[in-house]
Amino acid sequence: MSLAPAITDLEQLKGHPALARLLAWNPASVESAKYDRGETTVYVARPFIREACAALRDDPNCPFAFLSDVTCVDLYPSEPRFEVVYHLLSLARKERVRLKVRVEAESPAVESVTSVWPAANFFEREVFDLFGIRFTGHPYLRRLLMPEDWEGHPLRKDYPVEGYR
Amino acid sequence: MILNMGPQHPSTHGVLRVILEIDGENVVRIMPDIGYLHTGIEKTCEAKFYQQVVPLTDRIDYLCPMTNNLCYVLAVEKLLGLEIPPKAQWLRVMMNELTRINSHLVWLGTHALDIGAMTVFLYCFREREDVLRLFEAVSGQRMMTSYFRVGGIALPPPLDFFERVRSFANRFPSCVDEYENLLTGNPIWGLRTKGVATITAEDAIALGASGPTLRGSGIDFDLRRDMPYSGYENFKFKVPIAQEGDVFARYMCRVQELRESIAIVQQTLDGMPEGPIKADAPKVVLPDREKMKTQMEALIYHFKIITEGFAVPEGEVYQAVESPRGEMGYYVVSDGTAKPYRVHMRSACLANMQTLPMMCEGRLLADVVAAIGSIDIVLGEIDR
Repeated sequence: MSLAPAITDLEQLKGHPALARLLAWNPASVESAKYDRGETTVYVARPFIREACAALRDDPNCPFAFLSDVTCVDLYPSEPRFEVVYHLLSLARKERVRLKVRVEAESPAVESVTSVWPAANFFEREVFDLFGIRFTGHPYLRRLLMPEDWEGHPLRKDYPVEGYR
Repeated sequence: MILNMGPQHPSTHGVLRVILEIDGENVVRIMPDIGYLHTGIEKTCEAKFYQQVVPLTDRIDYLCPMTNNLCYVLAVEKLLGLEIPPKAQWLRVMMNELTRINSHLVWLGTHALDIGAMTVFLYCFREREDVLRLFEAVSGQRMMTSYFRVGGIALPPPLDFFERVRSFANRFPSCVDEYENLLTGNPIWGLRTKGVATITAEDAIALGASGPTLRGSGIDFDLRRDMPYSGYENFKFKVPIAQEGDVFARYMCRVQELRESIAIVQQTLDGMPEGPIKADAPKVVLPDREKMKTQMEALIYHFKIITEGFAVPEGEVYQAVESPRGEMGYYVVSDGTAKPYRVHMRSACLANMQTLPMMCEGRLLADVVAAIGSIDIVLGEIDR
């Protein structure tokens, strides 16, 4: 069992196409980055996420045209509580990147990326349903998996596994 | 008129509710309503040890259970940094391809049944019965095998297993010829599927479609070949592509994939390496039962792993595999304990289903059934 330690130094990671594109487009959008177990993670500042996604999708060098997934991790009780995670894939260059946006617990909201990739529609609805994060600009933000009149957001860490029955 | 299709409907392949707004026979708007099979698997995973999550993963996409197993155990092995021995990798590839054949047989049978060709269903399930018997021989279970474990395979296959797989693999290509004989040149099939529910390549990529839904529109991308995992780089296989993007194109892709999968199974049989089937990691992998009954250290490891689980170093991993439906991914976040902090399944069908409005709006009502069948949805994966 051999695991190389994670690299978190921006200087060393600048070669990755996604990070290079984001730093070239707007260095203020990148909070930090990490390379661990063969995968690159970039922490993007919340106000820039939609435009950063558009910049990555339109990158001529390595276009991240495919949105694999939008999901969320609840880090209760540490602050900021939520981390919205975007997994992008470049079909042409066969590169993946993970973008993360930190969101606080009080009325969590992030800009929707459905205008960048229509694929985000169902993914964001699911995150809203199970975590309670609002996606501003989403065309139809309603609960997806739970019934419409459900109260509470089941995947949050303070929601019991057995449910409230 | 607003018409409700489902959740109980023989053609929606599960509990899918589709709200259709129709004008005569034409579909004006279509909106899928899902969540009828939501069982909170992602939440349950956070309460189980890493090895206890494996049976849960079987039941997510219940038509390709071993592919789910594979994706999850690959993700956890990436988190742990485990090296898997070659024999386990080749066995995993073989079982994965047999699972792909299984899943495509169900797809072909039920898709043809929806469109009206009822005989194909019986033919497909005849072959599927043989594969299910193979799975039962190797793991005791026909469908929810949980055969893969973190670190390798649960048990070595029985002694006559490879001969049985070989005889199935020798027989199967002529069966695929039989199915094609019934459908591919059939004018009724052509009328029902050619030019129906078309989707362009750009729309498919933008909507996150993957697998045959994407390859049917001309995009040449297959995770097995382009971002290989579990030893797939050792095998030669073609990736079938079609250009038209309609139901017939996706049908041709999947039928060719049946042929390619059985070719991969033949290659695994020809070159199966010798060696252990589990990684050398006593704190993660259960010891052999004989050792456990005779050696004290093995007994202690067994006890500790079962009762306390194994701690996985902190970190997160996204592992994607090519399931019969497309890119299935597992995003596993670990906080250093023996229970995963977050397990998220990237479901290929959830993304593929977003193509449904683009495919069906403006078309006839009868084509909706063909479109739903051609995307090959499994509600267990969509709802989790």
